[in-house]
Amino acid sequence: MGSQSRRDFLKTAGLLGGTMVGLDVKDARATPKNVLTDERKGVLVDTTVCIGCRRCEIACKEAHDLPVGPLEQYDDRSVLEVFRRPDTHALTVINQYEQDSLQQALDVKVQCMHCDHPACVSACIVGAFSKQENGAVIWDQSRCIGCRYCMVACPFQVPAFEYDKALQPRIMKCDFCYDRQMDGKLPACVEACPVEALTFGKRYDLLEEAHRRIDENKDRYVNHVYGEKEVGGTAWLYLSPVEFEKIDFPDVGTEPVPGATEPIQHALFKFFIPPVSLYALLGGIMWLGKNNKNEEEE
Amino acid sequence: METPLEAQPVKRPFLTPGVIVLLIIAANGLIWSFLRFYLGLGAVTNLDNQHPWGIWIGIDVASGVALAAGGFTTSALVHIFHREDFHHIVRPAIMTAMLGYTFVALGVMFDLGRYYNIWHVPIMGNSNSVLFEVGICVMTYVSTLYVEFFPVVTERFMGRVHMHGLLRKLNKITDLTLRWIDGFLQKTMFFFIILGVVLSCLHQSSLGTLMMIAGHKIHPLWQSPITPLLFLLSAISVGYPMVIIESLTASKSFGLKPEMDVLARLGRFVGPLLGVYLGFKLGDMVIRGTYVYLMDINLESIMWVIEVLFGVIIPMRMFFWDKVLHSRTLLLAASYLAAFGVLMFRINVFLIAYTPPYSFKSYFPSLGEISITLGLIAIEILLYRVLVLIFPVIAQPAKSIKPKTKFALRGVIK
Repeated sequence: MGSQSRRDFLKTAGLLGGTMVGLDVKDARATPKNVLTDERKGVLVDTTVCIGCRRCEIACKEAHDLPVGPLEQYDDRSVLEVFRRPDTHALTVINQYEQDSLQQALDVKVQCMHCDHPACVSACIVGAFSKQENGAVIWDQSRCIGCRYCMVACPFQVPAFEYDKALQPRIMKCDFCYDRQMDGKLPACVEACPVEALTFGKRYDLLEEAHRRIDENKDRYVNHVYGEKEVGGTAWLYLSPVEFEKIDFPDVGTEPVPGATEPIQHALFKFFIPPVSLYALLGGIMWLGKNNKNEEEE
Repeated sequence: METPLEAQPVKRPFLTPGVIVLLIIAANGLIWSFLRFYLGLGAVTNLDNQHPWGIWIGIDVASGVALAAGGFTTSALVHIFHREDFHHIVRPAIMTAMLGYTFVALGVMFDLGRYYNIWHVPIMGNSNSVLFEVGICVMTYVSTLYVEFFPVVTERFMGRVHMHGLLRKLNKITDLTLRWIDGFLQKTMFFFIILGVVLSCLHQSSLGTLMMIAGHKIHPLWQSPITPLLFLLSAISVGYPMVIIESLTASKSFGLKPEMDVLARLGRFVGPLLGVYLGFKLGDMVIRGTYVYLMDINLESIMWVIEVLFGVIIPMRMFFWDKVLHSRTLLLAASYLAAFGVLMFRINVFLIAYTPPYSFKSYFPSLGEISITLGLIAIEILLYRVLVLIFPVIAQPAKSIKPKTKFALRGVIK
């Protein structure tokens, strides 16, 4: 009797164990692609050039079918006195900073940084975020389940969620005008900027250009291109006359954010060795204990 | 020798004053639930773009999973390590875990903006995502718990299927199906038991990996590379205290004699388990040098001290004390403290430690969030009561001595 049930035990364990592993492999198939080509695009934001006219905000809203409102309100400079962040109604906003060291106030446009190693892409449970070949990090509304883990993960706190909607709430963030770029057009904000504070181009060229500007105007800029190394590099790059923490750029370090969790995740599931070994170990303990018990009874 | 104990349905009325209070809390939760699903998350919660996760994730989900650890720890103890002397507590532990995980799943549905897309998770899952691993493990484990509980259902209804009217024709086939399932589960239960323990170890630890991706937004006191291990160890250490709380509360509520000797023996495991957890927690602190953050008096440092002092050190000392193990009140108090410690750990990691780079206001749960959380807990307790009244879960003195035909160990040991 004892040996009979022991054989059953092994047989069933093998059969069911195999099924489990098979299922899990199927589940884990979809990993979002991250193609970092040399061709990927970026934007260089020169905060010393920006005049805070907010034309980019208007263009952005028009390009993304967001309510623009009366155009006169964009001439109201008092808006700039309040610190703002991109939200569901505005995917890009300009903040103004009074600096004692400068003659005039500093205007800083903010939007999604389009990281090279995006935390949101790594975090998203259903792979709704993806890094495109042109550098854009975009969100796929047909996949999203609204868990807001992207917002937890984002080091710049960019994705916004439509909390006011009971059905089909969207994650709203700058998509680098992905559709316009596919049509061969410039991002709406870049096209709208009247003073060329925004330069669109290949990220590698923009980095060269940024360093050229710094080298040629040492007293105009701090020697730091924000986005060159931050969280492993971002598509949007910033030049500033003051230290970046003074204009509310977080110190996020130079390591890609997913580097903290993906190695743990992958080590745990490398060919499913740890879970399967744990299963085998526990099964072994259970089986040995059972044998001892059977012997005692016999 | 005392009267042998046997799992039986509890013969007690459903309604008591306590039940009525719970019904009121549940009704309040249901009203707020209606508002949440009708008006959206913004109308009911204090969540915003800076604070995307609130108590529904920190308490309902993260703490809910940890506090339901009694299921896998007890079934590992009894079925894998063959400690038969604890088998009376397996059924209540499995049932509590089953309810706990069911309500974790429900809690998630409240929090998801597009809850109706939850089926995307198994088919579109992103294997880089920690949340995906947690989600898949919890989904699989909740099913495993239903399977582990099913023998209790077959035991209750086998040979007692008496449906009336048109359904009468189905009586025989239902009974045969139950018998077939029972036979099948007897042969395969060991598989589900081991699977349950493996899945628990996986997702209990991955819950700790979850907030690591928030990087600089998490206070260094809790942003440790060994957070997954700490989550697993704390979950394992809180499993038996939860079983003790559940058993002592149920015995008081149903007027049964508390199984003090079994629970005292169970309590002996808790001290060392808490000790191991504390060792890793403090060791990590020393190695990373994060004790410097305790020198500043602020919300984070105060919460850390409360968590570790009241939730780990004091209960650990209590569980090492024989007097505590043999006193109903003290054992219950020590178990509550251990559970409190794990609850605080989860709240600290998910809510207190999280500071967004741009904060316009700090997060405090709204009335609606609290009402729904309390409502879900109330419904969970009410369901516990309903299930133990219907199914043979709680061990009670057997009225007639019969041969032990159907104990909980089916399939593992005959």
